[in-house]
Amino acid sequence: MPDDNRVIQRTASVEDRVDAIQAVLDERGMKATEAVEELSHLAEDVWVPRNGARVVAKAWVDPAFRKRLLADGRAAVAELGLPMPKHHRHLVVLENTPTVQNVICCTQCSCTAFTIIGLPPDWYKDFEYRSRVVRESRTVLREMGLDLPPEVEIRVWDTTADTRYIVLPMQPPETIGWPEEKLVDIVTRDSMIGVARL
Amino acid sequence: MHDLGGRQGFGPVRYTLSARAFHAPWEVRVNSLYALAVRLGIFNMDEYRHAIERMEPRHYLTASYYERSLTGFATLLVEKGVVTHEELEARAHGGFPLSAPSVAGRTNVASRQHFQPGDRVRVRADHVPGHVRMPGYIRGKVGVVVSESPAYPFPDAAAHGVKAQDEPTYDVRFSSEELWPGSADPASIYAAVFQSYLERVI
Repeated sequence: MPDDNRVIQRTASVEDRVDAIQAVLDERGMKATEAVEELSHLAEDVWVPRNGARVVAKAWVDPAFRKRLLADGRAAVAELGLPMPKHHRHLVVLENTPTVQNVICCTQCSCTAFTIIGLPPDWYKDFEYRSRVVRESRTVLREMGLDLPPEVEIRVWDTTADTRYIVLPMQPPETIGWPEEKLVDIVTRDSMIGVARL
Repeated sequence: MHDLGGRQGFGPVRYTLSARAFHAPWEVRVNSLYALAVRLGIFNMDEYRHAIERMEPRHYLTASYYERSLTGFATLLVEKGVVTHEELEARAHGGFPLSAPSVAGRTNVASRQHFQPGDRVRVRADHVPGHVRMPGYIRGKVGVVVSESPAYPFPDAAAHGVKAQDEPTYDVRFSSEELWPGSADPASIYAAVFQSYLERVI
């Protein structure tokens, strides 16, 4: 009988599976171990939310920069020395106002403007956020601690192509007049995704 | 399984302040290794996303994010001939589940049109067997174009090695109450929709 010969094997641990891939690529001459070091450094130290915080702080203090940012996000962040991957050809900056709250998601996977706001947090990639934020936006935001007044319109942006989005949060009124460097410290990653206000 | 927008049944978002992108060193390695493979041209981002989408549904639903990344990535290495499945399992000392095989892709829709901000558009009722970046919740729905983005590789073709022209995408605004009548929190929902997925509403 065919079933008699079936061998059921235990699935290898994720670490063993990653080791296997890395060893294969190294042996094929692809310098995988060096790449891990380089790309890990980028992911952990270079592509960080502080990049986006610098963009937001400058937009708050410099109205001409804000205008340029809203017109062409990719060119504006480049002024701050923040390049974007080749395939992220368009950066759309979404301006929050007292009556509009923008929220970003990727219902199909995890697409994020990662070089600007950092690689996405775990909850952004979880099925709960991906499935519910488009359909139950106000409820989900409230669960996450952002309880919006009814007059605030919610706009949810599903990152379905190669355009990337970041939210330009409103500046807290008590910080008007602060120097730019001090403002950088108050801008959070979650406010640039749109699930939090500052 | 990946097309989750609007799907019911999931619970509260497990939200924490300062939530991390990575939870273990192996996750950082997976992220770096697949990025290397893209940089080397072994596969492109569309093929990568499609390989993850082809995971067996139960595996997709029970795997962590970076295990899904690992599975899609490994599947492509086997399909592109970099390594065999047998060798991977031997090196990993155990099973290495991969994604299901792909089907054929498609090129640009011949009758695709250009649109302007303000145009009313309908998402075509196409059912695409291969990779598509149209979330199911907008299929057949009507929205308004708010802006156009520069042309990008057409995913339905790029994920399958099919020749196609790059296409602009249009940010289209939908009403959540029209997407899920009677069962949605009111909001404007925007999606970046490829030109081939749209038709004009007269």
